[in-house]
Amino acid sequence: MSDVNAAPVLDISGAALVRDGNELWSGLDLAVRPGEFIAVLGPSGSGKTTLLRAILGLQALSAGTVTVAGRPVRRGNPEIGYIAQTRPLPPDTNLRARDLVELGVNGTRFGLPLRRKSDRERVDQLLHDVGAEAFAERPVGLLSGGEQQRLRIGQALADEPALLLCDEPLSSLDLANQQAVTAIIDRQRRERGAAVLFVTHDINPILGMVDRVLYIAGGRFTLGTPDEVLQTSVLTELYGAPVYVLRAGDRLVVVGVPDTDHHHPHDDGHGAHGGEVVA
Amino acid sequence: MISVPLVSWSDIFSFEDYGALLALVQNSLIAGAVLGLVGGLIGVFVMQRDLAFAVHGVSEMSFAGAAAALLFGFNIVGGSLVGAMVAAALIGVLGAKARDRNSIIGVLMPFGLGLGILFLSLYDGRSANRFSLLTGQIISVDTPDLAWLIGICVAVFVVLLLVWRPLRFDSLDPASAAARGIPSTLVSIGFMLLLGAVVAVSVQIIGALLVMALLVTPAAAAMRLSAGPLAVPVLAAVFGFVSAVGGILLAIAGTLPVSPYITTISFSIYVVCRVVAWGRARVARPVAA
Repeated sequence: MSDVNAAPVLDISGAALVRDGNELWSGLDLAVRPGEFIAVLGPSGSGKTTLLRAILGLQALSAGTVTVAGRPVRRGNPEIGYIAQTRPLPPDTNLRARDLVELGVNGTRFGLPLRRKSDRERVDQLLHDVGAEAFAERPVGLLSGGEQQRLRIGQALADEPALLLCDEPLSSLDLANQQAVTAIIDRQRRERGAAVLFVTHDINPILGMVDRVLYIAGGRFTLGTPDEVLQTSVLTELYGAPVYVLRAGDRLVVVGVPDTDHHHPHDDGHGAHGGEVVA
Repeated sequence: MISVPLVSWSDIFSFEDYGALLALVQNSLIAGAVLGLVGGLIGVFVMQRDLAFAVHGVSEMSFAGAAAALLFGFNIVGGSLVGAMVAAALIGVLGAKARDRNSIIGVLMPFGLGLGILFLSLYDGRSANRFSLLTGQIISVDTPDLAWLIGICVAVFVVLLLVWRPLRFDSLDPASAAARGIPSTLVSIGFMLLLGAVVAVSVQIIGALLVMALLVTPAAAAMRLSAGPLAVPVLAAVFGFVSAVGGILLAIAGTLPVSPYITTISFSIYVVCRVVAWGRARVARPVAA
């Protein structure tokens, strides 16, 4: 899938994160190569989103360095496409579907807001790439969660980023939309060689695509292929408590994950799993 | 026996000597037109950023600044601008989160209004100026000040066009905008300052209590009709223009203040837009057989 000789798109070394005086993790080294698909798993509050924000240059890590395409992190790096958690837009949002995608094409550009022909063509291409042509002219607030998420991906792909950061892009989507959305992301790395860092609480929808798993829990982390990491013995050691990885057909379920200090019982789509993390 | 009506129609509408009056208020009309256009445009962002309440808070502080200028003998437009800018900056810096913002505005608003009333009570000059700051009287603004009002509006218009796209991105999709490197705190404070400038102008024209009729209502009406990135600002600017210019044109025909005409036109446009949107929704969703 990925070229082992290519220079890493994302290179993290010696990274550490301290929050409220507690060290969440330290000594994190991760080199992601073009076309590689990395799943980031772990309970809420384990610093997954913070890791993404550090790569975006929005938040500093407590220690370590991060480079993207060989250069230190900076805000507004066009090499990075960011796909945020699905949070439905309000029905009266003042945007049509194509406008949401267009924000990715020219949303950061200062100067008179005159529409260039090349912008319009790029938006059309992106709408085509994410399969959103059919609802391109409709107000976004009236679209389903899956349709909105396709548009967000179209927006994130505007600059043909070398690295895609996905923060729970599947939460609150139904199965068909989860498959559609992951297929678009997967195609992007196969056809364009984009590396993918995919934060999720449920690995099943992407299990067939993942090259490596970064599992963060209990103030530690482990990194390896899904088969290496998603083992009862590995996760039991990571959590320091008995945790079981069950296989049901081609699905994996992680049972017995202990509550961490950072676990908050807020419901953001995780509640459906009855308190157990599906990984 | 003929009863004498309490209200004479000629107070509200009278078109005798209309041409002569029109020439006298020409500059006011230009100021109203420019404010109507810019107010409609900035109103689009006020709606998108959920700042309607902030407009009211800034306008009360602007009123306090204007009243202070009146009492201490400074330029009223200048005082109005200083008051609005201070409030806008405070709201921009302290009110990043909606909940914080609303409490800050809720605290500033009565303070500004009270301060303004204090200054007006202490002021013993010509009383005609007094309540015009609260309810507006553009006809009483003199020509050099009108030039300032027009200049401020034009400056805000130009800046707004130049920052249009990043401002729009930040207003509609803040998480992605931040990821793409748009500095949201800077954008937020910058926008509040632009808004403060327009509010200070509006206070002179329709009064501190009625500012929302030009900075919120036209954009709210436009958003009922469309979600298009061009249609909404164009409609909002047209609605603002029609309200302001129409209000002034009607007001000079009678002896009543300008503001009620402007607020009534702006409100009527909003009602029509709502009815049109409601009618369209009914056509689009016919009752299932």
